[in-house]
Amino acid sequence: MSKTHVTTTVNGDPAEFLVSPRMTLLDALRDELGLTGAKEGCGSGDCGACSVVLDGRLVCSCLVLAAEAEGCRIETIEGMAQGGQLHPLQQKFLEHAALQCGFCTPGLLVASKALLDVNPDPTETEVRYWLAGNLCRCTGYDKIIRAVMDAAAELRQERTAA
Amino acid sequence: MSETLEKPAAPASGLNVVGTRPIRPDGADKVTGRAAYGADFNMPGQLVGKILRSPHAHARIVSIDTSKAKALPGVKAVITGADFPPFLADELIEGGEAASSMRDLAWNVMARAKVLYEGHAVAAVAAISNDIAEEALSRIVVKYETLPHVIDVEAAMAADAPLLHDHIFTAGVETKPDKPSNIAQRHRFARGDLAEGFAAADVIVEGRYTTKATHQGYIEPHACVCAWGEDGRCDVWASSQGAFMVRTYCAKVLGVEISDIRVTPAEIGGGFGGKTTVYLEPVALLLSRTSGFPVKMVMSREEVFRATGPTSGGVILVKLGAKSDGTIVAAEVELKYQAGAFPGSPVGPGAMTALACYDIPNFLITGWDVVTNTPKVAAYRAPGAPISAFGVESAVDELALKLGLDAIAIREKNAVKDGVKAAYGPTYRDIGYLETLAAIKDSDHWKTALKPGQGRGLAVGFWFNVGGESTAAVHLGEDGSAVVVTGSPDIGGSRASMAMMAAEILGLPVERVRPMVADTASIGYSMLTGGSRTTFATGMAVVQAAEKVVAELCARAAKLWDVPVTAVEWRNGQAVCLDAAKDAKPMSLATLAAQSARTGGPISAQVALNAQGAGPGFGVHLCDVEVDAETGAVSVVRYTAAQDVGRAIHPSYVEGQVQGGVAQGVGWALNEEYIFDANGKMENAGFLDYRMPVASDLPMIDAILVEVPNPRHPFGAKGVGEVPIVPPLAAVANAVRGAIGVRMPDLPLSPPKVLAAMDGKAG
Amino acid sequence: MSEVAYLAPSSPEAAAAALARAGAQPLSGGTDLLVQLRAGRSRPDVIVDLKSVPGAIGVREAAGGFVIGAATSGAVLGEHTALVKAWPGIVEGANLIGSTQVQGRASLGGNLCNASPAADGVPALVAARAVCVIVGPNGRREAPVEAIATGPGKTSLAQGEFILEFRLPPRPARASDAYLRLIPRTEMDIAVAGAGVNLVLDAAGAVTEANVALGAVAPTVLLVADAGAALVGGKLDEASLAKMEAAVRAACRPISDKRGTVEYRTRIAGVLARRAALIAYQRAGA
Repeated sequence: MSKTHVTTTVNGDPAEFLVSPRMTLLDALRDELGLTGAKEGCGSGDCGACSVVLDGRLVCSCLVLAAEAEGCRIETIEGMAQGGQLHPLQQKFLEHAALQCGFCTPGLLVASKALLDVNPDPTETEVRYWLAGNLCRCTGYDKIIRAVMDAAAELRQERTAA
Repeated sequence: MSETLEKPAAPASGLNVVGTRPIRPDGADKVTGRAAYGADFNMPGQLVGKILRSPHAHARIVSIDTSKAKALPGVKAVITGADFPPFLADELIEGGEAASSMRDLAWNVMARAKVLYEGHAVAAVAAISNDIAEEALSRIVVKYETLPHVIDVEAAMAADAPLLHDHIFTAGVETKPDKPSNIAQRHRFARGDLAEGFAAADVIVEGRYTTKATHQGYIEPHACVCAWGEDGRCDVWASSQGAFMVRTYCAKVLGVEISDIRVTPAEIGGGFGGKTTVYLEPVALLLSRTSGFPVKMVMSREEVFRATGPTSGGVILVKLGAKSDGTIVAAEVELKYQAGAFPGSPVGPGAMTALACYDIPNFLITGWDVVTNTPKVAAYRAPGAPISAFGVESAVDELALKLGLDAIAIREKNAVKDGVKAAYGPTYRDIGYLETLAAIKDSDHWKTALKPGQGRGLAVGFWFNVGGESTAAVHLGEDGSAVVVTGSPDIGGSRASMAMMAAEILGLPVERVRPMVADTASIGYSMLTGGSRTTFATGMAVVQAAEKVVAELCARAAKLWDVPVTAVEWRNGQAVCLDAAKDAKPMSLATLAAQSARTGGPISAQVALNAQGAGPGFGVHLCDVEVDAETGAVSVVRYTAAQDVGRAIHPSYVEGQVQGGVAQGVGWALNEEYIFDANGKMENAGFLDYRMPVASDLPMIDAILVEVPNPRHPFGAKGVGEVPIVPPLAAVANAVRGAIGVRMPDLPLSPPKVLAAMDGKAG
Repeated sequence: MSEVAYLAPSSPEAAAAALARAGAQPLSGGTDLLVQLRAGRSRPDVIVDLKSVPGAIGVREAAGGFVIGAATSGAVLGEHTALVKAWPGIVEGANLIGSTQVQGRASLGGNLCNASPAADGVPALVAARAVCVIVGPNGRREAPVEAIATGPGKTSLAQGEFILEFRLPPRPARASDAYLRLIPRTEMDIAVAGAGVNLVLDAAGAVTEANVALGAVAPTVLLVADAGAALVGGKLDEASLAKMEAAVRAACRPISDKRGTVEYRTRIAGVLARRAALIAYQRAGA
């Protein structure tokens, strides 16, 4: 079996690994780079637990071949906290108890950040529809939506203050 | 040691930690992706394990040829049912919420003479890579003799139904049958005189209701890494609701000593009862023994659906008789539940809870446990209760409509209260059902008018909640911090509550208390996390251990002050000297901990108990729906859930339990179901067509926590996790009835069914 | 054991040559192919990634009309203000496929060539009278969008051919489109039925051109000429809508499966076409 060498940037740092053609980006992140924050919940793009940002775009990493990541910029949950400080979304998730088992949480945080990066002032409906691809079975979504809207408000305030 | 605590619950005021909303102690790990779940762990040299599964719903295994698989380079082990102890005689174990048959478990983990459902494990391989393991599976040759299969519960009860097992003779009936059948057991609860009761009724309603099999739907598939050492010592890393349960079950299935197995619980990505049993662990252990390497096994989502226990689909027959003032004088309920491939549906608890909210003088509840060619059912959050509640609450709704009473009034009229004998036996004490009904009556939701095209439904629900065995240890660090160790996997935030309760007793800020969930070799036995027991029972053990530590701290202070221990009191984290003559300043926990070596050694305590006195819970739910008259699509536009929680240790996580249970119930009512083709194969074994609620499907869910404390828990806690899933099925169905004017007795209420019902009414 | 090769050609000719090999399969967004690979439903020898072919990704204007690279993701389409203004129905069809994450990758080309009868991206494209520019070993050719899918999972493309881009006709002043589908939840499901309606109005608000295309009610997307004809001639009113609905229902030939029955799909197709027509009409400035 011949493997391909892939070079990427992961969370701002260079990363390279060997992939077999059928390996997904999710497999590569978890098994080759040891970044197990992205999870496999379904393997078919229906649950969002594997969400990452690829060249600035929110995607399911289980639906991207690892080989396609050549030359790309990947952002995972592991890159969200900066210098030991949680991102406001992460902090709000904790304050609002927006997680119970926590398995869907990395995917939800990545997806929520991607939303706030393009829409800093979303309505509840916009948040719910943006996050429809992230399944949560524990929380019923209520506290998740509140956490995202609260984080959005805080980020808007920071921006105004800055 | 059995514990019944009859102290009055601590007053609501005067608590510093319990009732607040601190950040959970494992929070940073969970929001950064650091927390290690079942599939996130690896052992050096591990192999990949995979399972070959039956393509048939019912068949005899004629032969299995594994030779070509074994010959494939990179394959280190291939096993079949023949490699496991045969289990010709059964063994029953108390565990979870019902007794479990170890033989059925073993035969479910890997098929023996027959396969009993599509997806049933037939063989397994361990290989050096995923691809090689997949290839090896394809090289195993299994010869099957297919048999007729049966899925529908009533079809399985018929005299001419295909027979799954030769050894099932219906239990619980007056005369043991002389022929085997698929009916494993009949449950029966009766009171009074049914005929007399109905004869006295002014009004009778009857209904037949059905539900389909639904899955717990945890987002994390089952995963484990197992190693069987050359010395016979086994290590299991598994995502599970009970490490001790995994240890026991693996020991039984594999025929080894419990003491040879150590199970470390990984973080668990959801369970809801579905992870209170084992599927992969015994297989991975045996592959490890055979190959000599650790073996990692992770289920795919498809495997989760095809091969792990959903809950039963059921038929619920309800007949209610009432006076015109709304007093229910007679009730007859018959339940038929699918057990899947082996006996053990939750029809027992379904029967016990069916009328638990009602004080009815004459009733007969019959429940049938029926095997079917579907995956063996596993517990699913208040097992059995949502199904029977769906039928009863729909019938009560019909009764209310017939009598012109509102939904709350009819339930208040027949409500159970303290001193009433429950339908399932014990006498209620310190329950908050009436208070919970009142909370809905007082709610803004109840008082808000509906818009056109909307309907409103109310339903109530009950769950016993259990106590059981737990062990907890509290250790003090020399810096005055504390560690609380339990064996209860944290599936919903219980770890935070353990820290909070210990902090309250010790008088420490909660940030100074570190909760740990330990492996089976590092803490004493604990029953699994389920039955809404952890905050109650493990919490009780934590509190008692903390109290022992406090007693020891007082003894150390007494030594230092040279006073009798009766002259020392613990207040707000400090030892206070009651002997004024000593003029002694209070000593903090940190001060005493720092001197522990001098005063007698490390300060630690452990408590092992079997908690009694768990408080049952009641939920009252109110649901508004909007129905698209042209398509039958149903949207839930408003939802309020009130629940009697005793005392909310961490209110955010209690609210979370309520909201999560509601969401599962809504999915069960509207969209979730197992769909089988003519060959008994599941057609929707994925999250695309097994449709669970997504974020845009639900509104905010208002959780009202009603606190009527349980005096048998140190802080008044009652179990909360399971009650919330019981009312939603009927709450939604009653709301749809309100919107379209037609009773919908068959779940799920998918758009085509709703549209057809509306047509039927118009046409 | 299948050993798959992965290629990412950087010219249309190289892509066509790679695809001409037996066992070669094109990769666009990957949201269908990866699922099929994993399920074992697809076993290619070579995966040919089209995303590096110039022109495969991007939206441009040419000869008065839009040209959409066939591998462009729905998310990118949704960010193209001018395209959204002119063809909101096409863009909303693309952005109903799956989830936000799926829309970050899924493309109209992939959606069309996967040839699911229920494809969300296709009805609006058909109603728009879009034309595919196809590249193959023998050069380029053009074909109307509705000629591509020939049945569930089957296309009229020859081995080695792939769709490079979609060409949309120039947009008159008062024209718009809409796509609606019925699903059991609010997101994430495969359409039980879908309708794409494209309308052109004159200055007085009368319909001069109407195209109605239906999804999930036949083996391929149906362009229902009678339904469009029913709307042409005057303003949209109850009579013309009712006639259109009847034509839609008459044209449906769905199957009953786990997602919907024949009766239900037929009925809903009519409801959706009516609602989509009203939305398109309003958007066109009626």
